[in-house]
Amino acid sequence: MENIIRLTPPLSEEMVASLKSGDQVLITGTIYTGRDAAHKRLVDLLDKGEELPIPLQGEIIYFVGPAPAKPGKAIGSAGPTTSYRMDSYSPRLLAEGLKGMIGKGGRNLEVREAIKEYHGIYFAATGGAGALLAQRIKKAEVVAYEDLGPEAIRRIEVEDFPVVVINDIYGNDLYEQGIIPYKR
Amino acid sequence: MREINVSDVVKTVSRLCVDANYNLGADMLRALDWAAAIEESPTGKDGIEQLKENAAIASRDQVPICQDTGLAVIFVELGQDVRVIDGNLDEAINEGVRQGYLEGYLRKSACHPFTRANTGDNTPAIIHYRLVDGDALKIIVAPKGGGSENMSKVVMLKPADGIAGIKEQVVEWVRQAGGNPCPPTIVGVGIGGNFERSALLAKEALLREVGSVNPDPELQSLEDELLEAVNDLGVGPQGLGGRVTSFAVHIKMLPCHIASLPLAINIQCHAARHKEAVL
Repeated sequence: MENIIRLTPPLSEEMVASLKSGDQVLITGTIYTGRDAAHKRLVDLLDKGEELPIPLQGEIIYFVGPAPAKPGKAIGSAGPTTSYRMDSYSPRLLAEGLKGMIGKGGRNLEVREAIKEYHGIYFAATGGAGALLAQRIKKAEVVAYEDLGPEAIRRIEVEDFPVVVINDIYGNDLYEQGIIPYKR
Repeated sequence: MREINVSDVVKTVSRLCVDANYNLGADMLRALDWAAAIEESPTGKDGIEQLKENAAIASRDQVPICQDTGLAVIFVELGQDVRVIDGNLDEAINEGVRQGYLEGYLRKSACHPFTRANTGDNTPAIIHYRLVDGDALKIIVAPKGGGSENMSKVVMLKPADGIAGIKEQVVEWVRQAGGNPCPPTIVGVGIGGNFERSALLAKEALLREVGSVNPDPELQSLEDELLEAVNDLGVGPQGLGGRVTSFAVHIKMLPCHIASLPLAINIQCHAARHKEAVL
């Protein structure tokens, strides 16, 4: 295993520029959750020129709709959801200062171009490992769109949250490059 | 006629929803061990190990294997000598889903297609009924996540496309799905019937025990060939490259119209959840 990089958001330009596709990263600190419905609302607010309920500058959004927390737990199972559904919204958020996204699965050309242009970074967490990943989430609080239930935006505190860099600012894509050695 | 009270149906469905979401089946645990043993990619092996650890945590702490606890897909085999009493069977199944998803702290993932407003209790369930001989009521609860379900399709091939056309479609579809459905996957394939029957065949194929033999030797050999072909794509665990893109390919087939060759592909992630009970 390569060296593991430790990151704490908000992410600076230098931090993002240092990350390369394939890097193993552990994130500790505050990140935000959001998926389809929340993304739509955020972009609608931007279109209307209104203020967002969460900060974007240097922040990371984790594409997840967690299961309800059992009594005594911070959060229920919380693995990544498939990212392509956020493709229509992500470039806009990157343009507004968002730096990181955590999900699973490939992104379209527009997102990959926006990652290069606005210096963002796309990480993947292990899809299907919701029970495991929830153990790395120490606190969770709904900060917007409570009516969306599992799709509400949560501010979560993560500790050593394991992700891998998929798309970096240099145009690399781990999904495209990773499969080449194993293709027969 | 044997009488079965709807209250027993409610209790059973509720229990199965929770059990299916917390406890991965023995066949999938064996499949994960198999994948970990043969995976050549270090990243891929690590991904499989994470899924094994995840299943152990879910079972130990009694929490969902995956946060996507699915739409509740229910297969009912109703003996024709059974009379359901004290209520409606459909409503009882939905009440069981409602209670199971609430009491089990399972995610409610059902929403209005346009407004996306959540129905709040994961109903309505997707219920498939089959009338069978006897006086028993069999209920299979198979929660299905959205990520893998989205990587599914029905295509009406031409008879001239034949087996070669089927193979091409399946392999290309798994390639395109890439990391989206959380590989390694089980590929459910429905061949024949008509438009809607092929889709149901593909879903039913996912209920078969992983590692079991197809009763039809011709289909078994097609399953073997397709599994090798999809694993040769190199997509691998999580789509990050590796030898195990799929644990298994399962095929179900029925006769079709002389003009048609319906093909349905239903992808299932490692959280292949299905638990059953007989009342």
